[in-house]
This record gives sequence, structure tokens and C-alpha cells, in this order.
Amino acid sequence: MNLNSKIPAGPLAEKWTSHKFNMKLVNPSNKRKYTILVVGTGLAGASAASTLAELGYRVEAFSYHESPRRAHSIAAQGGINAAKNYPGDGDSIFRLFYDTIKGGDYRSREANVYRLAEVSNNIIDQCVAQGIPFARDYGGQLDNRSFGGAQVSRTFYARGQTGQQLLLGAYSALIRQMNAGTVKFHARTELQDIVLINGEAKGITVRDLVTGEIRSYAGDAVVLATGGYANVFYLSTNAMASNGSAIYRAYKKGAFFANPCFTQIHPTCIPVASGFQSKLTLMSESLRNDGRIWVPKKKEDTRAPNDIPDEERDYYLERLYPSFGNLVPRDVASRRAKEMCDLGHGVGSTKLAVYLDFTDVINRNGKDWVADKYGNLFDMYKEITGENPYKTPMRIYPAVHYTMGGLWVDYNLMSSIPGLYILGEANFSDHGANRLGASALMQGLADGYFVLPYTIADYLARITPQTINATPSEFQQSEAAVKENIRRILSVNGSQTVDEIHKKLGHIMWENVGMARQKSGLEKAIAEIPNLKREFWADVKVPGSGDALNTELEKAGRLADFLELAELIARDAHMREESCGGHFRVEHQTEENEAQRNDKDFTFVAAWEYSGDDSPPQLHKEELVFENVQLTTRSYK
Amino acid sequence: MKVTLKIWRQKNSRSKGSFETYPVDDINEEMSFFEMLDMLNESLAKKGEVPIAFDHDCREGICGTCGMFINGRAHGPVGGITTCQLHMRRFNNGDTIVVEPWRAKAFPVICDLIVDRTAFDRIMQAGGYISVDTGGSPDANAIPVSKVNADIAMDGAACIGCGACVATCKNSSAMLFVAAKVSQFSVLPQGQVERKVRAQKMVSMMDAEGFGNCTNTYACEAECPKEISVSHIARLNREFLIANLSG
Repeated sequence: MNLNSKIPAGPLAEKWTSHKFNMKLVNPSNKRKYTILVVGTGLAGASAASTLAELGYRVEAFSYHESPRRAHSIAAQGGINAAKNYPGDGDSIFRLFYDTIKGGDYRSREANVYRLAEVSNNIIDQCVAQGIPFARDYGGQLDNRSFGGAQVSRTFYARGQTGQQLLLGAYSALIRQMNAGTVKFHARTELQDIVLINGEAKGITVRDLVTGEIRSYAGDAVVLATGGYANVFYLSTNAMASNGSAIYRAYKKGAFFANPCFTQIHPTCIPVASGFQSKLTLMSESLRNDGRIWVPKKKEDTRAPNDIPDEERDYYLERLYPSFGNLVPRDVASRRAKEMCDLGHGVGSTKLAVYLDFTDVINRNGKDWVADKYGNLFDMYKEITGENPYKTPMRIYPAVHYTMGGLWVDYNLMSSIPGLYILGEANFSDHGANRLGASALMQGLADGYFVLPYTIADYLARITPQTINATPSEFQQSEAAVKENIRRILSVNGSQTVDEIHKKLGHIMWENVGMARQKSGLEKAIAEIPNLKREFWADVKVPGSGDALNTELEKAGRLADFLELAELIARDAHMREESCGGHFRVEHQTEENEAQRNDKDFTFVAAWEYSGDDSPPQLHKEELVFENVQLTTRSYK
Repeated sequence: MKVTLKIWRQKNSRSKGSFETYPVDDINEEMSFFEMLDMLNESLAKKGEVPIAFDHDCREGICGTCGMFINGRAHGPVGGITTCQLHMRRFNNGDTIVVEPWRAKAFPVICDLIVDRTAFDRIMQAGGYISVDTGGSPDANAIPVSKVNADIAMDGAACIGCGACVATCKNSSAMLFVAAKVSQFSVLPQGQVERKVRAQKMVSMMDAEGFGNCTNTYACEAECPKEISVSHIARLNREFLIANLSG
């Protein structure tokens, strides 16, 4: 199998333009003959589905939510990056490209990242035209703020609800097409299987979550925009239903899974309170613009934070990284927080937290100024913890937040299965080993609005539309396999609930495949996860039936896939004998405890191929070539 | 702490529902209300009983998926939050807590506490957008928008579409939901072209879906988890009137 990334030739800044010219087109009157199945209607899926429909394709869109507006993209708080350089502080497309490549610790493709930076400006134009109420200054111009890993202000925002506003923008574009009849939306419908005909993606099998009915749909191409798999850790900042099943089932059908171990731990989350915790809540990275992170200098200090004088506090990020200070990238901030707690400087009842303090900015600009900028986050914090962050510093701790890894795609966003496209967090393409803040919204919308609608034509123009109805047997087989899988889950009738087993998986993952990974721990995880998988299939208890709404059954199906995906993540982390971005191998660090890359041996994308339930996956390497940036050790000092 | 829950159980949209009583012990007051329900559901699942179905997802108050009546109030006893943000420290040991789904003709029950709110999507479909295709938009800073108007637009745009306004209104009116969107676009330059037709189409779809009329009780504002003001309803009324008068 040859991993052809299909990166166009030519100078970096001209690749996308020349590629758009060189790709085949589908003529306007032929577009309506093609049906495209879009699974997932968050930022990437909704923007893709609406744009494809505007172009004239027939689109069927699927979501397990009741409405596209519920997708987890909605929870993104801080903002979206673009290289507009409105503040005039020296930003440019090249600088956004450079910051993103560097932030990703040189484990992403130059051409993809450059294209992302290039279309970032179109996204802002598009969103403003849709009526998205971005923050503005008194002259009526758009306002910007700063995010980690950048020394310019390039982040556009809508209070602390940027993801919500961008998703509602994409949702509005989508419902406009639903109204026009060009998109058919299937609510509360969950993907179960991808149907291949002659090796190409030509359909999907789904379950109606209300009636339990199993149905399949045929199309000329399939688009997965189903998000990330952070819930493999049980506790994460992801929504409860976020899962990796769609991409994992595509992987089992032959799509390669790239860099699964590149998971992001976000530094500023509300700490775990106790064992009943169902999820973790993020406090936006934008808070690091004005909040100062510190721990007591004295170990095991039990004084209240406001009783600790300034000279007895260690503002460790400002001390270690004078030029970026509190705005170092997420992986660096997370690791340092863990290190401080491991050394005994942690605060709060569990000692697994550091302070994020707003006293200085409140004294400088007043409480109202802070409330205007961060009010909703402060309120959210207060409701969850019962503490008032205007008076007492917030307690924060890192939590799993995002997955940079995902299905392998080429420059056209097509996976290794012809006709199967992967967008947004579900693919691996743009963030390397670490994603910078405010870049997820950018990537989701770039893929959906400005990349896929062009690149998919290059595939569609080469095939004859609607040839699939002639061969229904693959669909029947797929439906039968899905039904059998559900029957198997329901028939176990053991003694453990789905969540009990999921918590065990989360524990294995967090302890061994979390923020600091080492060989022995990874080997332990690789041994323990298959045992837990066997435990699931021997002892899970899922009450109810398959032919009605059954939330336990939904969770069980997702966990069954997480139990296999977890092993793949651990294997990838074990293989990658270096530290880079969010992947930190304890064996590979500098004297200053920074991540130590091994460019000689690991400047590649690890693309894993499924080779059966009983044999280990096969590794394929896509070498990463850097022609425009120099690989350096990331320094934020 | 320990509480007694009286929860609405209804197998599906065709069956008749009823209240069931569930005592729950060993509640930590740091738990969220949903984590308490999770705990109850775990114990039901262990016994082989079907857990209580309720809609929820982000559990941080933004996706709008959750929503239930708790002791007669939408999203529970605390103002300005969604049900998922409610924590058990807001209750007392020994409380009896009554939990019901949203009750409105336009929101039929699907199962237990889950209702069908797709009527909201159909109202949005009628006009809750600005008709602009992808690409070809002018530079984002080409048209200045005053901060005052951008802030009003954002106040309306903050609506999460949870349905608390409908559920709490004695007329089951969706006016606050519709007004929030109409208001957002009416104060932005980008929304001007379709301004009149948007107000008309969204209001007539609201009526067609079986939502009631507004009689200015302001219950919607009081229960909105995003504290969206009824001043948006005043603006919708103005928009609707002007649209009808000017034809």
C-alpha cells in the first residue's frame, strides 16, 4: 500500500491555487446526479453539507443528535484564528502557518497547514456575512485577542461562546439548504458501518436511535465529520456522546488511522472532584491572557490562597518562559502543571490543581472589565465548584480535550478508502503532535467550507453517478452484521454496567497513556486493554431491547470500539520513541524537562492498517518533508 | 444526603406515562443533578431495569440538549443555568424532587424525559438564516458594525434552543426563541435584505407548529438559562408589525 499524500508540486504559497486549477470539475448540471452522504453535522460536517448543497449536489446528512445545533463544536469557547492582521501586529499567512507547524512540533504536513492558514481569512469573511456577532470595538471593527503559542493577536471571538456562534452559523447555512430541499437531514441516527463496493465507499448503515431500526443509504461518496475520540479516557472535556466509533469502524474497513497517540491534554480545566465525576469542564485558554498561574513555593502548603503573600508564590510559567509566560502552548502548560503537583506544590483538597489568579487584572482594570470578557466562564466555574473566582483564584488541572490523531487523509482529505472523506477533528491532518488554541474551529470550517467542496469534485468527476443501486448485497451484508453486533451486546447479560467498564478503561489510559508515557506503562496498557475487552464481551449488562430508544445500548456500542481503539493508541505511543507535542515519553526529555524529538527516526506520520482482530495492526510511514521551515527545538523562553 | 425522586416515565410517544418513585441515597452534594441521575441509572441498569432516558450532552450549559422540569421549574430551582449545571448542593437532605419532561403540544414526548424539539429546527428553516453562499463574501471589516448593535445581536444569538421558554410559558409560546433570532439579524447590516420576510415567515411557522401566543407574562425571561431579555420580543413585535404594514 502506497501512502500517496498527493501534495501538489510548486512553491508552498502556490500549491493550493494551482491544485484547484488542476483538479477535475463536475459541471453544474451534472452535480445534481451525485448523492453525498455526510455523517456528523458539527462545524466540519454542517459547513461541508451546506456548501456541497449550494454547489448543486444532493446531500444526505446524519447526526445522532436531535438537531445539528447540538454538536460538540458548540462548546468551543475561546475563539478562531485567522491571519487577517487587523491589529497590525505583524501577522501574516506565513506566520500563522509557521506558528501552527511549530506548535504541532513539526509533525504535520507543510502543504496542509499552509492551506489552512491561507483560507483562514475567508472563514472570517464568510462568518461575518452569515451574521455571526463577533466581538467588535467602538469603531465597529472586529476585535482580536491572543492565544497560546502565538505572539500576535489573531483570535476572533464572540464572548466566551465562539464555537456556539460559528456552529449556529454553519447550522443556519445547513437549514437553509434543508428548507430548499437540497439537504435531507436524519436526526437521532447513528452510523454503524461503512459500505464498500469494489473497495470504494458507497454507502452507510445506520441505526435509528428512537425506533432502533437498522437502515442503509447509498451514495456516490461518504464524508465523515464525526469528531475526536478523547472520551476513550472516560473523563474528558468532550460531550458525553462524543465517540470514535465512526472513524474506528471505517478503520476496520480499511481506512488507515494516523498518529492515534497524539492526544491533547488541556491545561485549564476544573479539577476532578471525586469518583462520581461524569465529565470535565474546560475553562477557556483565553483566561491565560489575563490570569496568572501559580503554586505555593512551600510544599504541602495548606494556607488559603489569599493568605499566601506574593513572594511565597511561584508563578512558574512566567519564571520558566519569560517571553511567552502564561501563554505557552497547551502541552507545555499541562506538563508543567502536572510536574508542580508531582513535586508536592499542588493545591486544593486533592492536591491535583494549580491556581489561575485574576487578582492583578481585577485590580488593574476593574471587576466589570473582567466580567465583560470572561463573565460566563466565571459563572460556570462558580456553579460547578461553589467558589467565587472574582475573590478566590480558580483551581485548574489538565484534562484530555482534543485528539490531533485521526483517520489518515491525503491533501484532498480522502482517506485510504477511495470515496471516503474525513473532515475536522476526525482526520489527522493539520495539527501535528499538538494543536494550538483557536485552531480547531479554524480547521473544521476550512475543511468544510473551503477544501472538501473543491477536492471532492476531483473524485466525483472520475466516477459514474448512481451506479450503486444495482448491487444491494453489500448493503444487506452490512445490515446483517450490524444487527448481529447489537444482538451480541444485548445477549451478554453480565453483571457490570457500561460505565463501570468505561471507567476501568479510562483509568488504564490516564495512568499509562496520559500526560507522561513510558515504555513499561505502555506495555502494561497493551496487555491490560485486551483483557478488559474480553471482560466487556463476557460481563457487560445492557438492559432493554434493540428495537426502542436504549441509551445503554448506544453507550455499549461506543465503548466496544473504544476498547479496541485504546489499544491502538497505546501501540502507537509505544512505537513512537520520542517526545513531541502532546506525546511525552518520559525516556525522551531534555535536561530542562522539555520534550525531546527524534527527527532522524520519527519525522513521519504513523498510519496504521487494520489487519484482523487477532493480529497486530500494520504500520505504514508517510515521511514528512520540510522545505520551508527549519526543524528546531521548540522554545517558548 | 438522600432524596426521593418522582420521575415521569413514558415508554414511547404512543404510550401513556406516569410518575415513578425512586429513593436515592449516598448523594455527595458536590455531584451535579445529572451525576445523581447517572448514579440512579447505574443502579437500575445493574438490576436489569431500563434506565431513565433524558437528553444531555455537553454538560457545561451550552449545547441546549438538556432540559427538564424540576419541582415545577424549568431547569430547576436556580435561575440562569441549564439542568446540567445544577448541583446537588442546591437541595436539602430528605427533599422530594419531582422531575418531568417539557410539557408543550409542539414538543411531544419521545421517551421518559426526552421530548421532540424539531419544531424549533423547522421554525429556523423558515427564515433563521442570512442567504449567503460560501465564498465571495466581502472582507469582514468592510462593513463596520457598532459595538452596541454587535452586543445586542450577541445577546439574542446566545439562545441555546433548549425550549425552557416554551415549557414554562402558560401558552407554550415560542416567542422568546423566535425573537432572539429575528432580533440578532435585525440589528446587523448583513440581516437587512431579508429582514421583513424573515419576521413574517418565522412567526407563521411558529404558529403552524402549534406554539401559543405571547401574553407578556415574562415567564420565559425568568426561566431562560441564558437570561435572554423579553426586550427581544418587543423588537420582534416591531419587526413583524413593520413587515406587515409595509407589505
